[in-house]
Amino acid sequence: MNKQIHELTVIELLHGLEDKHFSVTDIVSHYLDRIHRYNDKLNIFLAINEKALDQAKQIDEEIKNNGLTKPLQGIPVAIKDNFLTIGLPTTASSKVLEGYYPQYESTVTKRLLAAGAIVLGKTNLDAWAHGSSTETSQYGPTLNPWDLGRLPGGSSGGSAAAVAAQLAPVAIGSETAGSIRQPAAWCGVTGFKPTYGRVSRYGVIAMASSTDSPGPIARNVEDAALITSVIAGVDKYDGTSSPKEVEAYHKLLTRKDLKGMKIGLVKEYLLPSMRTEVKTLIGNAAKHLESLGAKVEEVSLMDPKYAIGVYTVIQRSEVSSNLARFDGIRYGHGRERFGEEAKRRIMLGTYTLSAGYYDAYYKKAMAVRTKIVEEFENAFKNYDAIIGAVSPGPALKLGATKNEPMFGEMEDVLVEPSSIAGLTSAGVPCGFVDDLPIGLQITGKQFDETKVLNIAKLYQNTTDFVKFPEKFQK
Amino acid sequence: MPKTIIATADIVKVAILANLTISDEEKKLFTDQFSQIIDVVDQLNEIDTTGVVPTSQVNHLENVTRPDVVDKDRILTQAEALSGAKNVHKGFFVVKQILEKDSE
Repeated sequence: MNKQIHELTVIELLHGLEDKHFSVTDIVSHYLDRIHRYNDKLNIFLAINEKALDQAKQIDEEIKNNGLTKPLQGIPVAIKDNFLTIGLPTTASSKVLEGYYPQYESTVTKRLLAAGAIVLGKTNLDAWAHGSSTETSQYGPTLNPWDLGRLPGGSSGGSAAAVAAQLAPVAIGSETAGSIRQPAAWCGVTGFKPTYGRVSRYGVIAMASSTDSPGPIARNVEDAALITSVIAGVDKYDGTSSPKEVEAYHKLLTRKDLKGMKIGLVKEYLLPSMRTEVKTLIGNAAKHLESLGAKVEEVSLMDPKYAIGVYTVIQRSEVSSNLARFDGIRYGHGRERFGEEAKRRIMLGTYTLSAGYYDAYYKKAMAVRTKIVEEFENAFKNYDAIIGAVSPGPALKLGATKNEPMFGEMEDVLVEPSSIAGLTSAGVPCGFVDDLPIGLQITGKQFDETKVLNIAKLYQNTTDFVKFPEKFQK
Repeated sequence: MPKTIIATADIVKVAILANLTISDEEKKLFTDQFSQIIDVVDQLNEIDTTGVVPTSQVNHLENVTRPDVVDKDRILTQAEALSGAKNVHKGFFVVKQILEKDSE
């Protein structure tokens, strides 16, 4: 093999292990070396799994005796630091949980471990996943591997940057509204948000319980599909997880063209304020999907500015309730350690839920949510998928969140509607503006993961937009 | 200028309800910012929602229950439950006193 280990996808790593080109120990030590070399520069990992090499040796032993028997055997994974992991500190990038060691394991990481994966470490995020920049982390921002003066996006900024800088072949993120797709777009990698309820939230530090959706950030769509097939499925510990059967997504990516498919290009998502270059890239993507056989036409949906209002109220309200439990009595530290962003969100949620305002804000937002859900349901009667940009522009500079109390909402305006409706959506690179990556979202109806992944894979494999930043290539 | 004006007194009250301590600087900052944020939220009034049933969750599941039996998988042992607490006394969490001695 000519490629270095960090240039291989998860599926290529599995083939390499099968063909004995390298061992699990080779893979893990290669990644640990890279993390030690680059992490100080990028501030991606908040904790590194010191037992990773021992675990690798153990899995090498398993493979020697029985061959490869598990779907992710020997694959290192970076985990966003809001997933509880036994033996590794879990902070949600907040000082409230500094030094906290979980008493139980999240379902997502439990399933990854059972599939043979090895946790490399825990990645930085906006504190409590509140934001779209990773700048609200109380452990300092993660830097964008494409330009160290820029933000990686968020909240899963550490996970996206880890894949972009090739410090992990794949990472786990969580999305409440854009937190997988937006950092993936800003870092030029692939993000996949499964349907709400497809992946268990158990052991994920709760942000907005009615939209939180864990999912993968990967080098390509096929890897994202494989990871999703492992982590998805009903969980007795999460009453909102769906009992629908999980498909072997990675084995179903068999479409050779998009003939017979109808795709809607959302007119309102081409924002007036958006840079022309971004609009051009989305237009090019639409043409490309047409060249693959799909019929692409403009579709009109509600102005996404209303989704901002809905999301702001619902997310803050749920945050105020979910973060009420942190009192420093049973674990963690006191509430005086909450940062400014968390305080602002908890307090706004407390306000919108309080007597006299509940009807005006919370109930109103829930009613508009219904309208957004119904609008998508109608759209998907006519379209197999809808497309648009993930973010209005490329990665912004460090410091961009300062004095912007609605920063996350403005950056996530194009992904909030689909999150509010609990849809599934893939974010894939679709070109560059100012040498910075731009992402395309391909969104489908609930539980249409296989279709969305097929479109995304075909698009990705017939275009040439997946690149990794030069300075972390060696 | 925001259309909505939120009083600093409201901010102070909300901070108490949320059990958060905020600085004088934050009081001023949040007073200004909340007015801006509520302006954005108020745009929702442009949408007619008469007779629309509110949506609180989107997974279409109802009344998810489990058998009423002890499931050790979802229970922490006492040692595990106490392992993260700073202040423990004879197997209990120690909490701040909230009632005064002479209060009835």
